[in-house]
Amino acid sequence: MKHEELDAALDSFGDALASATRVTPGNALRPEDIAVDGVAPSEEVARYALTLGDDALILAQRLAHWISRAPELEEDVALGNIALDILGHARSFLTYAGLAWDKTEDDLAYWREEEEFTSLWIVEQPNGHFGVTIIRQLIVSVFQHLLYRQLASSQDETLAAIAAKAVKEVDYHRDHAIQWTIRLGQGTEESAEKMRHALEILWPYVDEMFRDEAVHQNLDSIAVRPSTLRAAWQEEISAVLAQAGLQVPATGQAMAFGRRGEHSEHLGYLLAEMQVLARKHPGASW
Amino acid sequence: MIAGTTELFAIAAKVNDPEIPVLSIADLGILREVNLDDDGTVQVLITPTYSGCPAMDVISEDLYQAFTQAGYEKVDIKLVLTPAWSTDWMSDEGKKKLEEYGIAAPTGRGHAGRITLGMSVKCPRCHSLNTRELARFASTSCKALYTCKDCLEPFDYFKVLS
Repeated sequence: MKHEELDAALDSFGDALASATRVTPGNALRPEDIAVDGVAPSEEVARYALTLGDDALILAQRLAHWISRAPELEEDVALGNIALDILGHARSFLTYAGLAWDKTEDDLAYWREEEEFTSLWIVEQPNGHFGVTIIRQLIVSVFQHLLYRQLASSQDETLAAIAAKAVKEVDYHRDHAIQWTIRLGQGTEESAEKMRHALEILWPYVDEMFRDEAVHQNLDSIAVRPSTLRAAWQEEISAVLAQAGLQVPATGQAMAFGRRGEHSEHLGYLLAEMQVLARKHPGASW
Repeated sequence: MIAGTTELFAIAAKVNDPEIPVLSIADLGILREVNLDDDGTVQVLITPTYSGCPAMDVISEDLYQAFTQAGYEKVDIKLVLTPAWSTDWMSDEGKKKLEEYGIAAPTGRGHAGRITLGMSVKCPRCHSLNTRELARFASTSCKALYTCKDCLEPFDYFKVLS
């Protein structure tokens, strides 16, 4: 095959894969339009955007599973709405990252293998009972709120724009998690016990969130170094737990290196479910 | 086909929000700019209320149709994220239409702390201030679910995003 023919074949393949989330092929508004005017990010910025997009994508997938399964209708709606917001953040970050490699958000979401995902272990942990999901939300949304607030003043304009939008929404997610933590912590003996259990099983994934990795190097004034967020996070979480009558657990920390593509056993199953449709029917659209 | 941007803006402003059909995208404040390029392309800038808002696709479709019907072949719709949308972008006219439609319009600023001490939300039906929040999240990301303790009706509140 000549070079031109090969290029043409690859181009058509890429287009077919890109259409999975288009409402109408050709002219529906896609998040990649967000960055149409923007310059493609450098390799380093793209890799950083990918980590943020992966965290959001995996968490959104986890939360969406609650729809029709929450303890009450209002929670179905709340967790569904939160998942949708977070999926929106994932789409923006992945779209932006993909510009560096000529990939769409769908290429990145559906056509990467487990070890290519750079998400944190906390977001791939199973939903468990409602208390586990709430504690996971508490841990992550307080973290994301601090992160996006700072990222909103990044020198990278696209990252700053996505973060400025996301921080307002995460503020609601954080409030939702805090209010439930207080209610359940101060609720019945059983609800308090379940919250203690949730803290025990999720706390081991806290250290990983604040570890500076290679991906954060050389991006001063563009990326937020997670280690700089720890003190504020600790203070806020401690205050919420104290108000809920709960304690910071004294568990050890997991050897978690999601940013490097090393994941817990749970991510593979999550990806299998998330990716099966796109892989079985490449280019499918509705 | 030569038209001023005011006329073009008016064409775009006829598109309504699919979730709240009484509000135009101009009322809602998500229509930012309409420009005409030298080559005759209409460029429309819109911004989402919430990052994951699924209505953006439909709004985009409707904009294409509105301009195609008005005789413009080339339409370029762009999503912009800065400055980020807030409920301050909603026009007073929009707020009035919302109330008439039965959705309480955003009032005051957002909840500052974790204690829910927002301003009272007025029931769009009986105008009582004796209402309570049932759920922070409702039928769409941009609304919360309230109930009126006087007329006992539940209603949507377009929540503040500051």
